[in-house]
Amino acid sequence: MSPSRIPVVEKILSANDQVAEQNRAKLDAAGVFAVNLMASPGAGKTSLILETIRALVPELRMGVIEGDTAPVTIDADKINAAGMPAVQINTGGDCHLDAVMISYGLQQLNLEEIDLLIVENVGNLVCPAAFNLGTHANVLIASVPEGDDKPYKYPNIYRNLEVLIVNKIDLLPYVRFNMDYFRQGVEMLNPGLRTFPVSCVTQEGIDAWAGWLKARAEKARMK
Amino acid sequence: MHELAVTESILSIAEKHALQAGASKVTDIYITLGQLSSIVDDSVHFYWDIISQEAALSRGAVLHFQRIPARLLCLECANEYGIQTALEPCPRCGSFQIKVTAGEEFWVDSIEIEKTDEEKVA
Repeated sequence: MSPSRIPVVEKILSANDQVAEQNRAKLDAAGVFAVNLMASPGAGKTSLILETIRALVPELRMGVIEGDTAPVTIDADKINAAGMPAVQINTGGDCHLDAVMISYGLQQLNLEEIDLLIVENVGNLVCPAAFNLGTHANVLIASVPEGDDKPYKYPNIYRNLEVLIVNKIDLLPYVRFNMDYFRQGVEMLNPGLRTFPVSCVTQEGIDAWAGWLKARAEKARMK
Repeated sequence: MHELAVTESILSIAEKHALQAGASKVTDIYITLGQLSSIVDDSVHFYWDIISQEAALSRGAVLHFQRIPARLLCLECANEYGIQTALEPCPRCGSFQIKVTAGEEFWVDSIEIEKTDEEKVA
């Protein structure tokens, strides 16, 4: 027996990244703009998707991939009820979506009939940050009742974002949430991050977010 | 929290490179992890003991973790500094405009393998 050390230097999640690249190529070929929507449980991911559908359909054709840890279709049912195609992915207890799960989801959608795809990730502020899905933009919802310290406690998820949504701003008068402290934490992790304060109850700020999505989706369709 | 997926990935990387190198056994796996990657070593060890039982070449291999401390660069005053736990603003000028220059590493660095000496076998 002759022991020897072999250099490897391979990123641990490189297999996931390769599938993510394939997903991206598939989306690009169909002219679909896709966002990975992440948040803690209860931050308002499904509510925001429903408000986005209300703001953008029928101008844009939307599709949704719903990630859940349990075999329930509560979220997908709501999206379907709003008239949009939704694919439910049950992660079987896994705490995040990965690129392989998304590739199965994409197979079940007719991408030629979709301009904007929203992937609703599993409610979690840790694990989804580590898995590239092949979508074009990472979007995080932080909601006011979660507290203003979340950027400090979950830094990784804030670092690869293109857009931050601060949801439930209608609750600001009732909840201890120091917006300056929150924004300072965000600024340190992701300087100049595009931020949309919204309320899915009063619809405040939804148009600005929908406008950004629409501009990006139209750009993707032109390519 | 996603250590199972991470551990499975470490196993498949080790098996792939061992097979390519014509190894008969993997004895050690060296992993480089930045301070900022949210991976718990103990948890990876826990999963490793379970999933590596079935591995063709990596069964019983020992995992070694090298942690790389985080380094930050202040974009205002170009000060370079390290941190204890959470990200902190520049200690020199107080700026929040900072860039991570080290601490995000997350890869399998190398593996230690054994090869059956074919001449001796023959």
